[in-house]
Amino acid sequence: MAVERSLLEVNNLETGFRFGDVYHNAVDDVSLTLENNEILAIVGESGCGKSTLATSIMGLHDPKNTEIKGEVIYKDLNLLDLNEKLYNRIRGNDIGMIFQDPLGSLNPLMTIYNQISESLEYHSDLNEEQRRARVLELLNQVGIPRPEQIMKNYPHELSGGMRQRVVIAIALANKPPVIIADEPTTALDVTIQAQILDLMVDIQDETGSGIILITHDLGVVAETADRVAVMYAGQIVEEAPVEELFANPKHPYTRSLLNSIPHELEDDDDELHVIHGTVPSLQKLPRKGCRFAPRIPWIPEDSHEENPVLHEISPNHKVRCTCWKHFHFEGEDE
Amino acid sequence: MGFLEVRDLKVHYPIRGGVLNRVQDHVKAVDGVNLSIESGKTYGLVGESGSGKTTIGKTIIGLEKATSGKILYEGEDVTNKARSRNKKFENYNKDIQMIFQDATSSMNPKKRIIDVMSEPMRNYFNYTPQETKKRVADLLEIVGMNAEAMYKYPHEFSGGQRQRIGVARAVASDPKLIIADEPTSALDLSVQAQVLNFMRRIQKEYDLSYLFISHDLGVVQHMSDDIAIMHRGRFVEQGSKEEIYKNPQHIYTKRLLSAIPDMDPTTRAAHKVERQRVEAEYDAQETDYYDPKGRVYDLQRYDEEHYVALKPEEPNASLQNENVNTGGGN
Amino acid sequence: MWKTIIRRVLLMIPQILILSILIFILADFMPGDPFTGLVDPNLDPAQLDAMREAYGLNDPLPVKYVRWMKNALQGDFGRSFNYQQPVTAVIAGRMGNTIRLSLLSIILTYLIGLPLGILAGRYNESILDKTVLVYNFVSFAVPIFVLALLMVWVFGYNLNWFPARGSISVNAVTQWDKWMSQLYHLLLPSITTAILGTTSIIQYLRSEIIDAKVSDYVKTARSKGVPIQKVYTKHIFRNASLPIASGFGFTIVSLFTGSIFIEKIFTYRGMGYLFLQSINTRDYSVIFVLALFYGFLGLIGTLLSDVILMAVDPRIRID
Repeated sequence: MAVERSLLEVNNLETGFRFGDVYHNAVDDVSLTLENNEILAIVGESGCGKSTLATSIMGLHDPKNTEIKGEVIYKDLNLLDLNEKLYNRIRGNDIGMIFQDPLGSLNPLMTIYNQISESLEYHSDLNEEQRRARVLELLNQVGIPRPEQIMKNYPHELSGGMRQRVVIAIALANKPPVIIADEPTTALDVTIQAQILDLMVDIQDETGSGIILITHDLGVVAETADRVAVMYAGQIVEEAPVEELFANPKHPYTRSLLNSIPHELEDDDDELHVIHGTVPSLQKLPRKGCRFAPRIPWIPEDSHEENPVLHEISPNHKVRCTCWKHFHFEGEDE
Repeated sequence: MGFLEVRDLKVHYPIRGGVLNRVQDHVKAVDGVNLSIESGKTYGLVGESGSGKTTIGKTIIGLEKATSGKILYEGEDVTNKARSRNKKFENYNKDIQMIFQDATSSMNPKKRIIDVMSEPMRNYFNYTPQETKKRVADLLEIVGMNAEAMYKYPHEFSGGQRQRIGVARAVASDPKLIIADEPTSALDLSVQAQVLNFMRRIQKEYDLSYLFISHDLGVVQHMSDDIAIMHRGRFVEQGSKEEIYKNPQHIYTKRLLSAIPDMDPTTRAAHKVERQRVEAEYDAQETDYYDPKGRVYDLQRYDEEHYVALKPEEPNASLQNENVNTGGGN
Repeated sequence: MWKTIIRRVLLMIPQILILSILIFILADFMPGDPFTGLVDPNLDPAQLDAMREAYGLNDPLPVKYVRWMKNALQGDFGRSFNYQQPVTAVIAGRMGNTIRLSLLSIILTYLIGLPLGILAGRYNESILDKTVLVYNFVSFAVPIFVLALLMVWVFGYNLNWFPARGSISVNAVTQWDKWMSQLYHLLLPSITTAILGTTSIIQYLRSEIIDAKVSDYVKTARSKGVPIQKVYTKHIFRNASLPIASGFGFTIVSLFTGSIFIEKIFTYRGMGYLFLQSINTRDYSVIFVLALFYGFLGLIGTLLSDVILMAVDPRIRID
C-alpha cells in the first residue's frame, strides 16, 4: 500500500512577495523531488527565484510580506502546515542549510565552537562533553586542521575557505538527511571552490544525504550535480540528469546560457552569445504564455504553448513549452 | 617596448604595533613586478584574492602609491604622478582609464548619465554642448544603448547596463589603456557576455589596450592575448595565452588551471583525480617553487613569450645537490 | 590590549598639555578680570593695579602659564577669587552633586532607551515602533533648555510634584532624610537629561536590530532551528548592542557636559552651575580647572569607548 516517496517533494510551490496590496510570485508553480544520495542542482541567473525556493523550503520568509502556497512534503508531513515550533524541530535537524557568504553567515561575536554546538543543543540530548566531542568530529570531517584550536577562534580569524567549512559543519551537525546549499562557493577563490565542492561530494557519499545545490555557475553544476533543474523567471524550464543536460540541452534558455559561457575564440571576430533583452522585473512579469518568448523574438509566436507546462520528452528529461522544437539561434538556420 | 612600462614595481604597506606604534613589518602587496603594455593588446592579470592584482591597477592609475619601482609612460617617469594637477601629466591622466567591478559606486547617483559621461570630456577636450551631446550619444551607441539613456539617472539602469555605461565613460577621454578590474564579476552570465563583447568591439575600433584584472580564468582566457599569473604579490608565470593555458610550467599556475570546473560532466571523475594529483604535487613541491621565506622566485625566460618564476640554478654546491635530488624542477 | 591602553594613556599627557595651553590662551582673551566690577569704585586705580600686580595678573602669558603649571604639578590648582578657597576645595564641594546627577541620568537613560530601542527594532513598523519614533523625533528636536524649562514649569510649579530648584532641602535632618531629599531633588533634572540622552540610543539600537534581523548569520541561526526568541537574545541583540556599548564613554561625557545647562536651569549646585557662575565672575582659576577637567573627561570617554569595544567585539583586538 505504501507508495515509495521521495526524500523531499516540492509540489506546486508558489512564493509571492507583497508589493503594496498585491502578491507577485517569485517562485511560480515549482515542483521537484529530491532522492537520497543525490545532488540536485538548481541553476539560474539572479532573480530567477532559486534562492527564494530554498528559503521557502526552510520556511524562513517573513510571513507578513510573503504568501506561500503548495506543498513541501518531508516524511509524509507538509512542512508548510507546521507551526513555528514544529518547523524548528525540522530546521537544522532534518534539513541543514549552507549559505553563500561564509563571513556574513557566521555570528561575528560567537566562537566557532558555540556556533556549531548551538545546533546540537536544540536537537540532541548530548551533554557539554559529548557536544564538544561531536564538534571536534565535525571539524575533522570538514577538513579543518587543528580543530582544538580553531573551535576557540572567532569567524574573522579564519580564511574564507575555512569559514565555509565551518558553515558546512554547522549544517552537518545533526546529520540531516536533506542539505540545501545556496551558492556555497560563489564567494570563494577557484582553488578553494574546488576543495569545498570535493568536500560536499565526499560528505554526501559518506552520509547518503540528498543535497539541493543552488548555483548560477554551470561549471559547478557540471562538476557536482546528478540532476539539474534550470530556472527562469520563477519557473523550472528544463530538468534532466546532468550528462543529458550538457550533452543535449533543449530549452532555448538553457541553450542560450551554455552559449554565453566565455571561452577561447577561434576567430577574432567571434562574439559570445547574448540573450536579447533583460529579465522582466517581478511586477512586470507576464503571468501567461511562455516567459522566455520575449527574449527570442525571431521564433514565431505559434511555436509557443498557450500555457506552457513541463513535458517529459525522454525519460527524466523535462522541458517547458513547445518552443524548443522550433528554436534556432538568431541568424542560424532552423 | 610598450607605451606603458612598469618596472620592478613595489607597493608595501607598513604594519604598526607596540607601545610606540612603530613600523614593525610590511605587507608586500606588490613586490617587484614588470609589465610592458603595447597598443591594441589585452593583458590578463590573474590571481586569487589578496594576490595583489588589484593593487597593480590602482597604482598605475594613481589610487595607490608605489613604494619603489618605476612607471614609465612613453618613456617619461610618471610614478606616483597620476591624478596630479600638473599639466605635464595631463596626457597620462587622459590616456589611462579604469573601470571597476561595481560601476554604480563610481557614478554620482544625483547626476544624469550625460553629466557622468561628459565629465572626462570637459577635463580634456573643449567641446561645445552640442558636440558633447553627440559624443555621448555615439559612445552610448557603441555599448548598445539608446541615446535617450543620457537623460536618465544611474539607478534607472540594470547592473549590466551600468557596467556598459562605465565602459563608455572610460572610453570618453579617448584613452590608450583601460584598466578593467573584475569588470564582469558581479554580472550574470548572459549579461557578462554582452559587456565582454562590447569591450572587444571598442578595442578594435579604438585600438585600445586592456589590463584585464580578474580571478576568473575563463573570462581572462576569452579576453586576453598575454597573461600574467600572480601569487603573493609577484608574477609566477607570464606569457602568451596559448603558452599559459596549454603549457603551464609553474606549480601554482597548474594548480589554478586544474581547479577550473570542467564543463563536461562525463569526465568529472578523471578531472577530479587530476586536480587532486596537482594539488598533492603542489604541496610536495612547494619548496622548489618558492624560496625559504615563501617568496616567489624571479621570472626566468622559459621560451619565447613565456617566463616562469623558477629557482635560480646557482653555482652553490648544496643547492645544486638539491636540484639533482628533485630532478631539477622542470 | 594593555599595550594599547598604556599607549593611549601616555598619549593623553601631551594632549592635556596642549589643551591646557589652549584654554589658558582663550581664558586670557576674556574681557575683564576678577577685580572688574567687584571692587569698590572709589578705589584708587593705582591701588587696583598694585593688586593686579600682586596677584601676578600683569605678567606675560607664558610666565603665568609656567607658574600655574608648576603649582598644579604640586597639587595646587590656585585659589578661587570668588570663594577665597583653593580651587580644588571649591570643585570638590560641587562634584558630589554632579556625579549623583550624572549617575542617575545614565541609569535612567539606559532604562528608558534600551527597552524602547529593542521593542521598536524588533516590532518595527508596528504602532509601538511608530510611537517610539514620534517620541524620538520630539526629543531630538527639542533643545535642552526648552525641555528643561517645560519640565520645571509643568512638574515643578504647576503640578508641584518635584522640587524645581536646589539639590537638597534645608529641613532634612537625619542622614536618611538627607539622602531621600537629594534623590527627590535629583529626579526632575535627571529625567530631563535622560529623555534627551535616549534619542541616539533608541535610534542606533532600532536600526541595528532591523539590519541584524535580515543578516545572514540570523538566517543561519534560524536554519539551525534556534527558536526565534533565542535568535533575538543570543544573536540579534548582542550584535545590535555593539554601537551602544562603544558609545557608552561618549554618553557619559555628554551627560557631564550637558549638565551645565541642566544645573543652571534647575539651580542645582553642581560643577556645571559653578562653571557658568565662574564665567560670569571671571573666576579664572576655577574656569580653567573645570574646562581642563571637561577636556580630560572627553579623552577618558574616548578611551573608555575604545576599551569597551575591544572587550565586547572580538574583531577589534589591538595588542
